[in-house]
Amino acid sequence: MNSVAALLEEQSVIVCVGAGGVGKTTTAAALALEAAQRGRRVCVVTIDPARRLSDAMGFDTDRAIGNAPQQIHVEAKGELWAAMLDTSTTFDALIRTYAPSDEQAQNILTNDFYRNIANSMSGAHEYMAMEKLYELHNDARFDLVVVDTPPTNNAIDFLEAPDRITQFLDHRLYKILVTPSGGLARVVNFAAQSFLRTVARIVSASVVDDAIEFFAAFDGMEEGFRGRAVAVHDLLIAEDTSFVLVTVPRSDTVHDAAAFIETLGAADIEVDAIVVNRVHPSFGSSHLDGLDNGPLAPFITVLHDSQTVAAGQDAVLASLTDELPAGAVVKIPFLDTDVHDLDGLAVLAQWLTPSEDTHHH
Amino acid sequence: MDPARLFAASRVLIVAGKGGVGKSTMSATLARTAARAGLSTLLVRLTPGGPISRLFAAPELTGVEQTLHAGGGPNGDADVRGRLVTPDEALAEYLTDHGLARITRRLVSTGAIDVVTTAAPGIRDLLVLGRVKAFETAKVADLIVLDAPAAGHAVAFLQSPTGLRDAVGAGPIATQADDVLEMLADPERCRVMLVTLAEETPVNEVVETAFALEDEIGVALGPVIVNGLVDVPDGLNGDLDTLIAANTAKLSATDIAELRDAAAFRLRWAARQQEQVARLSDRLPLAQIHTPYVFTAEPGPAELESLSNALSAGINALSEDDA
Repeated sequence: MNSVAALLEEQSVIVCVGAGGVGKTTTAAALALEAAQRGRRVCVVTIDPARRLSDAMGFDTDRAIGNAPQQIHVEAKGELWAAMLDTSTTFDALIRTYAPSDEQAQNILTNDFYRNIANSMSGAHEYMAMEKLYELHNDARFDLVVVDTPPTNNAIDFLEAPDRITQFLDHRLYKILVTPSGGLARVVNFAAQSFLRTVARIVSASVVDDAIEFFAAFDGMEEGFRGRAVAVHDLLIAEDTSFVLVTVPRSDTVHDAAAFIETLGAADIEVDAIVVNRVHPSFGSSHLDGLDNGPLAPFITVLHDSQTVAAGQDAVLASLTDELPAGAVVKIPFLDTDVHDLDGLAVLAQWLTPSEDTHHH
Repeated sequence: MDPARLFAASRVLIVAGKGGVGKSTMSATLARTAARAGLSTLLVRLTPGGPISRLFAAPELTGVEQTLHAGGGPNGDADVRGRLVTPDEALAEYLTDHGLARITRRLVSTGAIDVVTTAAPGIRDLLVLGRVKAFETAKVADLIVLDAPAAGHAVAFLQSPTGLRDAVGAGPIATQADDVLEMLADPERCRVMLVTLAEETPVNEVVETAFALEDEIGVALGPVIVNGLVDVPDGLNGDLDTLIAANTAKLSATDIAELRDAAAFRLRWAARQQEQVARLSDRLPLAQIHTPYVFTAEPGPAELESLSNALSAGINALSEDDA
């Protein structure tokens, strides 16, 4: 059993990280399918608005997966569920959870400044992905949650997003903008007022008013949010949470991946497995240089091209994978795994957990 | 079409594509090819890192403009220069230009900057585009090539002026948004070149992005670059056994197996790509420029030159109305 198989059988959370365009969503779906086949009750959640999980699972658009988990019918000992993160719906639910009254929740939910936070604030996708992960982890229907993360340039974004946004919501500056009662928004401080006028010159007065109204309405909810952010963070560093890094054997992507691992390490998070997608086959090392000009020339050119690619990708990958035990690195061949549907996903799942036992194949 | 004509068609080329399709490499190739056609070119990137410095064998891009490839030579190449424009720098510059330098520090130190950027989502993107527009207006180069954020984000990036225009009413940001919108809407000033791979998901995404850019932003689209194509060398379809029988050199069984497997793989790969090229032609009525797969792991100046040759050849193959 390789490390990936062990993770699928033992862990309760698997977080897939990596740059954009490396096949992360598909990999997450295949890991979930494989876990279900090994008897787990698993939910896979993706953040991508491009419906890639639906695509990967061969869903047509009218069956698109929504924010709430849906069971996917597969032949498996366990169960496979999938959810597609809707950032603003998830954020709204969190507001309803922590608002002391329905009225206060409504005031926040209809505020334009809040809508900007929920829809487009930097880090909101990451924050809500982790929030959704926490929610599903505590859902008794599932014993494993596989989460796909947004394509970020910085691995730490999704780790820090909950803290960063919580701090934003709980900022000292805004305290002086609103009355302690949290009632009617009123600027109480002259210096702050002149400062705000300047800010209003950059954006506009109505935008600043929205912001003040929002912070007034949010007043008192910081504690709940802070507590939740701590709980989410604890889940990410828990023993039964594992990180799987997905990459492709291209030098820029691998350099990014190495930086990911380093940043995660600084946050006390180890990457337990690396999945390398799109690995080119290696066709040996024959050097048939003497024949270059004969009728075999096209064959030899193509063989040498393959060897160049294989040697290059091995060199690029060595720096990344040398640090991990052999079973923790899985290479997925290019061309042989083109996932359009559940069958394709099952083929990918087999590549992810190659093993001597043929438990379900 | 003469490459000089394509590159002279607009002063800003925004290069967009999904992660992993070679968007930055193609930005560098477009810049170098334009310079070879005699246009002085400024390559602008928004985030540090990426393949550009290695392709030009130059230091990493910074906020200070540097020469990536000096012009001259027998063919009268123009220079390629490069720089980084980061959102933070664009914001600081904007505030300074508007006499707000004094409060910039306080905005940052108090965290109020986050309120501003949240209250006006897209402001960072808009200010970056504003900087590019300023370069364009000042005519700092014959052509500006902008290595845009990954597709998906590219639409949001280029939508930022429209979104802000609605959100902020009158004021300096609205003026900035109007200026940028004017540039985006004018095909003689700005167009977008999309980059994709000949694979299923990238093709789907590039089609989606192309329609979103046209419908929602109204920016002109240039030809789409289909990157990473492999060729099938003449004779690779031949029967290997016959060729070997006719060959005097001694080949081991291993050699033969390797030759056969590598050829089969290439044929399968190329066929798969051609299917996707055809799918793209069906679904997206834009001219295509095909650029080759680079077999070396860490492409440098030599690969940049050969990519540039291929890009020139691809542009030459376009008809005159494809610009």
